[in-house]
Amino acid sequence: MGNELRTGVFVCHCGINIAGVLDIEDLCEYAGTLPTVVAVKPNLFTCAETGITEIKKAIREHDLNRVVVAACTPRTHEPIFRASCQEAGIDPYFFEMVNIREHCSWVHRQAGEAAQAKARDLIRMAVAKAAFLESLETFRSNVEPRALVLGAGISGLTSALALANEDLEVILLEKEAEMGGLLRDLHKLAPSDVAATELIAEKISAVKAENRIQCFTSATLEEVTGYIGNYSVRFSSGEEVHTQKVGAVIVATGGAPLEPVGLYNYDGKRVITQSELELRLRDGKIDAKSVVMIQCVGARIPERNYCSRICCMVAIKNSLHIKEIVKDAKVFVLFRDIQAYGVENEALFLKAKEAGVRFIRYSLDNLPVVEDGKVKIYHHAMGKEVPLPADLVVLSTPIVPHDDAQGVAQILKVPVNEHNFFLEAHAKLSPLDFATNGIYLCGNAHYPASVREAIGQALGAASRASIVLSHDTIERVGTVATVDTRLCSSCFACVKVCPYQVPQMNEEGKAEIEPMQCQGCGICVAECPAEAIQFRYVSDEQILAACEALCA
Amino acid sequence: MNNFEPLIAVFSCHYCSYAAADLAGTSRIQYPPNIRVIKVPCTGRVSVNHILRALECGADGVYVAGCLEGTCHFMSGNYKAKHRVQYVKDLLSEINVEPERVQVYFMSAAEGSKFANIAREMTETIKELGPSPLKQTQSE
Repeated sequence: MGNELRTGVFVCHCGINIAGVLDIEDLCEYAGTLPTVVAVKPNLFTCAETGITEIKKAIREHDLNRVVVAACTPRTHEPIFRASCQEAGIDPYFFEMVNIREHCSWVHRQAGEAAQAKARDLIRMAVAKAAFLESLETFRSNVEPRALVLGAGISGLTSALALANEDLEVILLEKEAEMGGLLRDLHKLAPSDVAATELIAEKISAVKAENRIQCFTSATLEEVTGYIGNYSVRFSSGEEVHTQKVGAVIVATGGAPLEPVGLYNYDGKRVITQSELELRLRDGKIDAKSVVMIQCVGARIPERNYCSRICCMVAIKNSLHIKEIVKDAKVFVLFRDIQAYGVENEALFLKAKEAGVRFIRYSLDNLPVVEDGKVKIYHHAMGKEVPLPADLVVLSTPIVPHDDAQGVAQILKVPVNEHNFFLEAHAKLSPLDFATNGIYLCGNAHYPASVREAIGQALGAASRASIVLSHDTIERVGTVATVDTRLCSSCFACVKVCPYQVPQMNEEGKAEIEPMQCQGCGICVAECPAEAIQFRYVSDEQILAACEALCA
Repeated sequence: MNNFEPLIAVFSCHYCSYAAADLAGTSRIQYPPNIRVIKVPCTGRVSVNHILRALECGADGVYVAGCLEGTCHFMSGNYKAKHRVQYVKDLLSEINVEPERVQVYFMSAAEGSKFANIAREMTETIKELGPSPLKQTQSE
């Protein structure tokens, strides 16, 4: 076969989806005239068994070393055809796909010859590009079968236990002297009515009894280096400094309710927060006959414009608990919008209304005013300001990230959002992953979550991490950038431009890119002034070949 | 001049604008057949050189289509693309070629109609500008 390029082009009818608009026979004939093309086949459905068989047969019969399929979108069908190439014995990366359906027949139905010309152009560009396709190396590295979990609140404890159940080792770091997080100071959880302290005590003792989990309290994370499967972690616990190898990291550092200093005459005595109310409820120390709760204190305002999601349910739950302890207590909840999402929360909201809890809406331009023994509120339905008696005022404040969240983010090289909550890779597609492989997140560290949600996320994050940790080695297909150190001029352009901080300068002052860390975006490749960085997956030669084939 | 059909190269990122183009297709949104999409993993992969070569090789216009600002799959690739496109625009201005021939657009994977609108808009713009002088130089 030698080095001669032998390209096969397969043009799909896709039933009438493509053939109803484009002349497939003409496209085949045209493809046959292109350089390197030695075989052309039309298929009724290239992705069907018959189409795949045709490709494999043609690869063998015509000794093909490049395959081009003109059909639909590579976003759905490329893996199928790559696999077919591999099965027929050629490199799966010697495959190129042309989208003549979504990008042509479906969108240029009335265009006639212009659509046909576009399809010919696209096929020509793909054949030209295919000549420069390269085979890709697969990189392998060992996986340390151990996870680092940051934070021993409900999320971290749940993740740690889930991983231990999969027979994986866990290093659990807690910055406080005791494990348990926010749940240590809560009363009962809604809607289950489970006592928070009992739930957390159960988790803590399970974690302590689990010999696959090593707990470190009063711990501080100091340094994390390495990449998925091979992180090296340095942390201190009390006076001792430890270094450990882990394969994955779960961020479960949590958050805390905002302390409403200077808001609504907050004094921690007669104007308190929901968390302080929880402690009083737990001790049964409630004697107030009239309680006014104010929602969205310090939340949904310009400087903190997010909704903390859980405070509405906390207020609803606690107003019912007050009613249980002080039967004839009057409870008012002053709200902007009620966030009682889901069937059970909605039911609890109804229950509170039935129990006589009064919900009164306020707006940002008419804020409630807390005075001694009463709260004044503008009542929309009555059209005037009304005074509400208040022995106790309870402020619902949002969950905010801990002050050290940004420090942890810097050590892990992961992003936080404008409010310092950790930022996931994609809200819908990878909600528990960071953009950096091998690091996951859950619970309040990400965004205010109820206990149920935190547990759900913690199990999910543990599951994501265990996918990595349950393998002995991890593979990375070579869709990565590599540096030709002979050409590197040590300008640091790649170091500065990489969104993942992967390129590093080695001892000789030349850039180095760890393939296991590279995400394959190609940003550094386009930036390098010395053209010292190669990207075999989408090389300059391939892109330029497509550009040069724009015109026949 | 009215019969002039421009040839426009589009550098489209795999995660957003290529997906938006696919969505325009599945939604059967019709747009002018003047664009030729070149898929890249991220618009940050597109160098100044690539854009210039497309112009040299016959494109009357080129645009780079990436993810919405702040939502790049590779975090900051689309910002790099924005800078590089601006750089090419400045170069074109220096040699008296209309900088409008090169553009950068941002869209989400869910914006099929935006992809089609941009294809329409760009085709109109380039139609008004006429054939690229760079292309003429090459064919002479």
